[in-house]
Amino acid sequence: MYRYDEFDHTIVKERVTEFTGQVKRRLAGELTEDEFKPLRLMNGLYLQLHAYMLRVAIPYGTLSGTQMRMLGHIARKYDKGYGHFTTRQNIQYNWPKLKDVPDILADLASVEMHAIQTSGNCIRNVTSDQYAGVAAGEIDDPRIWSEILRQWSTFHPEYTFLPRKFKIAVTGHANDRAAIKVHDVGIIIVEGDDGQPAFDIYAGGGQGRTPMIASLVGKKIPARDLLHFVDAIMRVYNMHGRRDNMYKARIKILVHALGAEEFARQVHEEFARGGAGDDLKLPDGEIERIRAYFAPPAYDTLDDSDAAYEKALAEDKAFAQWARTNLADHKVPGYAIVNISLKPIGGIAGDASDVQMETIADIAEKYSFDEVRVTHEQNLVLPDVKKSDLYAVWKALDAIDCATPNIGLISDMIVCPGLDYCDLANARSISIGQMISESFADLDREHDIGELKIKISGCINACGHHHVGHIGILGVDKKGVENYQVSLGGAADEHAAVGDIVGPAFTEDKIVWAIETIVETYVSHRKDGEKFIDTYRRIGIDPFKETLYAAA
Amino acid sequence: MAQHINKKARFHSLTANRLLDGEPVYLTAADDWSEALTDAAIADGKDQGAALMDIAAKSVEGRVIVNPYLFDIDVEDGKPSPISVREQIRAAGPTVRLDLGKQAS
Repeated sequence: MYRYDEFDHTIVKERVTEFTGQVKRRLAGELTEDEFKPLRLMNGLYLQLHAYMLRVAIPYGTLSGTQMRMLGHIARKYDKGYGHFTTRQNIQYNWPKLKDVPDILADLASVEMHAIQTSGNCIRNVTSDQYAGVAAGEIDDPRIWSEILRQWSTFHPEYTFLPRKFKIAVTGHANDRAAIKVHDVGIIIVEGDDGQPAFDIYAGGGQGRTPMIASLVGKKIPARDLLHFVDAIMRVYNMHGRRDNMYKARIKILVHALGAEEFARQVHEEFARGGAGDDLKLPDGEIERIRAYFAPPAYDTLDDSDAAYEKALAEDKAFAQWARTNLADHKVPGYAIVNISLKPIGGIAGDASDVQMETIADIAEKYSFDEVRVTHEQNLVLPDVKKSDLYAVWKALDAIDCATPNIGLISDMIVCPGLDYCDLANARSISIGQMISESFADLDREHDIGELKIKISGCINACGHHHVGHIGILGVDKKGVENYQVSLGGAADEHAAVGDIVGPAFTEDKIVWAIETIVETYVSHRKDGEKFIDTYRRIGIDPFKETLYAAA
Repeated sequence: MAQHINKKARFHSLTANRLLDGEPVYLTAADDWSEALTDAAIADGKDQGAALMDIAAKSVEGRVIVNPYLFDIDVEDGKPSPISVREQIRAAGPTVRLDLGKQAS
């Protein structure tokens, strides 16, 4: 795991001191709200429906046990006993008091964390694959390159006031778990012609009002040119991105307006021109220095099968159900990747209590080399658990209601905070997610339905990623009444796609019926072994329209 | 600032967030701020609404509140009740956590 160097420590501490002064000046009347607002946003502090909201960065989703324990401590001391993990691999606190925020930031700094660039028109928290470094078949560890991008982009003077916010995601695996094609810049590590890591770089993806899938603009970019090439993309965007209309300011609009080929041509022209390129070429020593932070932990040499684990699987049905959905293959024999579900049936997706966070920190410390990951699907991951420890880990997770065996199934939804918390939302999201979750609570039925990703947003900004849900649900305000528009066929993986709107929106009391109807339509049409998304791609939208609207 | 009133609506109350902690508060008939919606002053028509905004502007200057705005209400037994779901949630707390927000106290 990356550890702060003296520069990181200094930067973060100085920012805490600076913001502490700004809060004092605001409360003393030396700053107006108009003057203070951009300053608080630069420190991740929003004003929402019920209170302030503080968004804390978790770079590429990686946390130590100490950091996770601190997140729990902050939840208890300064908030209302919980935090909300988001699709940006951040955590949000919904109830902090302005006067307490400097103390919260100081506590975060003490464990090498901060809230810098979790808001504003800058390069936001770089996100990545939650299985980074441990997934079998990975070409290279994306955390190394995410960390290099983080160091480059934090406080970058040229990119502090971009036309709009800017989001970068990195994956090192052919199976995209970081949704790279719906990011402003998405990077996939590939094998270069020299056998070394290189990068296919996509630009112009995004969701929100105008959802778009990113286009490939750089192919097999050599490792030492990564920053130089991303810098060329940023320069073209910063130069031509529209600042006159916030709805057309994202890079996706520029790529679409110019055409992907022309945009790529301009990026390559900028890249060839050099710019800051010589300064940005990564020296081999620097790459290796960063790589050393992400060296694999001291794994034991083990057989891949473990007798105690196999016995527990055979004797405990609940454990076997959890193992079936919540474990993923690890690249090292005898180890497994553990997915911690933050989606209990009927619960609030992504929420974790102070006790849950502290207990997970303890489990990570004891069983997973002191590391936790946050997923963009609002769950957590213990990346390195011995198979012989899985039964104990499951019991410990079950005791804090974090062992719901539903990863990848219908109740494992992405759900934004919606109108229950968010100042921008038009409709509630959480309650819809809860109703759907309860409707499909029968685990056998969930398994029978198989992989199905439902994603719910309470407004067009798409924080709940509804555009790329196999079933997407968008809350809309229809003359003061909450309605829900449904889309089908979206995907956020390597086959990324924007879903198709199925037809007129449903009222709150009809949305669960609509989801049930969609699922039953799928079940009636599927062939052996076919997932929902496969069936949808084969039969198209019409059978779903017919069953949903036939009676109308 | 977001628009929270309908031109056809007759009655309005005024809300804001308290600067120190972000708590939703309501302007009362005594030109004070209350955490309870039931204490909110009721403006009958556009002119009375504008008068409430003038009073709120002084509290903004005085660093008591931020983000003041008018919202549509119905009046029942002389008490305001918000029309929009947004303001109902804001006045009570999250519908999914009845242990949080004003409803918890």
